[in-house]
Amino acid sequence: MSVVTDPARPAVVKSPGTPPAKRRRGSFGFNTVSPREKVVRYVLLVFVLLITIGPFLWQLSTSLKGSGEDIYTRIPRLLPAQPTFGHYKEVTDTIPVWDYARNSLVVAVLVVGGNVIGSSLAGFALSRLQFRGRRLVLGLFLATLVLPGEVTIISQYVTVREFGLANTLFGVALPGMIGALNVLLMYNAFRSLPIEVDQAAVVDGANAWQRFLYIGLPSVRGTISVVAIFAFIGAWDDFLWPLIVLTDPNKYTLTVGLQYLSGTFSNNPRLIAAGTMIAFIPIVIVFATLQRFFFKGVEEGAVKG
Amino acid sequence: MRYHRWFTPWVLVIPALTWLLVFNLWPSINTVILSFTNARPIGGGHFVGLKNFETLLHDEQLRWALLNSVIYMVVCLPFLTVLPLLLAVLVEKKLPGITFFRTAFYTPVVASAVVVALIWQWILDDRGLVNGLAEKLGVISGPLPFLSDQWLLLLSAISLTIWKGLGYYMIIYLAALGNVGRDLHEAAAVDGAGPFRRFVHITIPGVRGTMILISILISVSALRVFSELFILSGGKGGPGGRDNSVVMLIQQYSQGFEGNLGYASALSIVLFFVTVVPMLVLARLNRRGAEA
Repeated sequence: MSVVTDPARPAVVKSPGTPPAKRRRGSFGFNTVSPREKVVRYVLLVFVLLITIGPFLWQLSTSLKGSGEDIYTRIPRLLPAQPTFGHYKEVTDTIPVWDYARNSLVVAVLVVGGNVIGSSLAGFALSRLQFRGRRLVLGLFLATLVLPGEVTIISQYVTVREFGLANTLFGVALPGMIGALNVLLMYNAFRSLPIEVDQAAVVDGANAWQRFLYIGLPSVRGTISVVAIFAFIGAWDDFLWPLIVLTDPNKYTLTVGLQYLSGTFSNNPRLIAAGTMIAFIPIVIVFATLQRFFFKGVEEGAVKG
Repeated sequence: MRYHRWFTPWVLVIPALTWLLVFNLWPSINTVILSFTNARPIGGGHFVGLKNFETLLHDEQLRWALLNSVIYMVVCLPFLTVLPLLLAVLVEKKLPGITFFRTAFYTPVVASAVVVALIWQWILDDRGLVNGLAEKLGVISGPLPFLSDQWLLLLSAISLTIWKGLGYYMIIYLAALGNVGRDLHEAAAVDGAGPFRRFVHITIPGVRGTMILISILISVSALRVFSELFILSGGKGGPGGRDNSVVMLIQQYSQGFEGNLGYASALSIVLFFVTVVPMLVLARLNRRGAEA
């Protein structure tokens, strides 16, 4: 199914006249883009950029505007006239934002770890090893995809409460630690590896564990990074589930803590803006650093499922 | 041919299978059981028969929530099936700097719904960016109550959902566009078809399957909306609680001394049916379309 992309990912060198030896997947057009088309494309790109990034910039700008500055002017000003980091300090002094961030991080690390280990083990077994009941297990994983998570969220809470984990960070992380979708993604990724490789390894005396570790895993790194990135983002951004599980303000994750911002500081949007930026910037850094793996995983077909 | 001991696969599958049974399968069964009880968030509760379901029938807030969900879905569907496809076509060609644009377009997806809702709350404030600009341009005389009017609040949340979803569906389309034959485009271009006709007659049929998948994803996620409406309405569900979604109602009943997990479970069952029906309809449409 999936087309093997160039592992080295060579930089595209535009040499006019000579068509590239191998055209890159995903470009339907022709080897040259006319200058006019180029201009139109960039204008549209910048337009969409303003729509998608504009609100974040506006919030960043608000968070940096001095207390004496009029933030309600009819003519909006993007650049702060009296830039200050004071609001960031004020927010972190009033609300334990750093504790919230640490709590979010604890949950996210647990969820990423659980998903990477749990789903690659299961995905490998389901796609590379023959055993009775394999189809049944696979069917079970597929069936749960139909079920929206919110439908079972109440009884999931009851289960976590029975374990004595209500109002704990571990209780927040636990149910999401091995996602059915991730198991299927890993299953798909392992399946695209030719079976002959396994057979050759068997001839060489490799056991199942060695085949998993030295043959399977290295070839699905793209999908693993997609699973890890999505697990991290999902856990960091999740709101409803921690809102239900956590009652103790000391244990709040960032998203749950943030919703109190608007209540506490409703008269000063600068402070709310500073608080949201503290929650937003880490995830942007994580994503911007890892986007290379993410888009590579997309090309490998990890998103299609 | 087997090259492993019989229990090896099971050892590898057991962790994931345990999670599936404990946190997916059992809760689905337990939701049904709980819906016949009056279980409380702190524990306890007993069997109450069909009482919760009788309450459902007379729950005015639920009626509003269902209406809101339908509006949400109907408005989101056309925008989120079409706009992300256009975006995907736009970022498909590997121009210099395209990775930056792709990443930037994906940023709203990566950000937490809580964060973006707080940002929009400020933009849509009575004295925020949108009202300020509109007044300056003389489009309106007084601020529009984006966050306090029942219908404007719903519309604001819908726009937020659409804005946040653009990048997500763009990426799915982008992956699908890679599989659309380039030869077809070249042949059509040789025959004199312009970009628009190639889009309509080659690109759209080429991503048809993905389009169906995406419309299923959009419908289901529109019916499951929570964070956007919750934050924009300040957790109150709008004037008179008329801007609640079904999930917001579930959350309300999940907490506090007034909480009732039994009723919340009955609401969950309603949610299950309203999300599964459009899924089945669209899947069926897909099958029929594929046969034709």
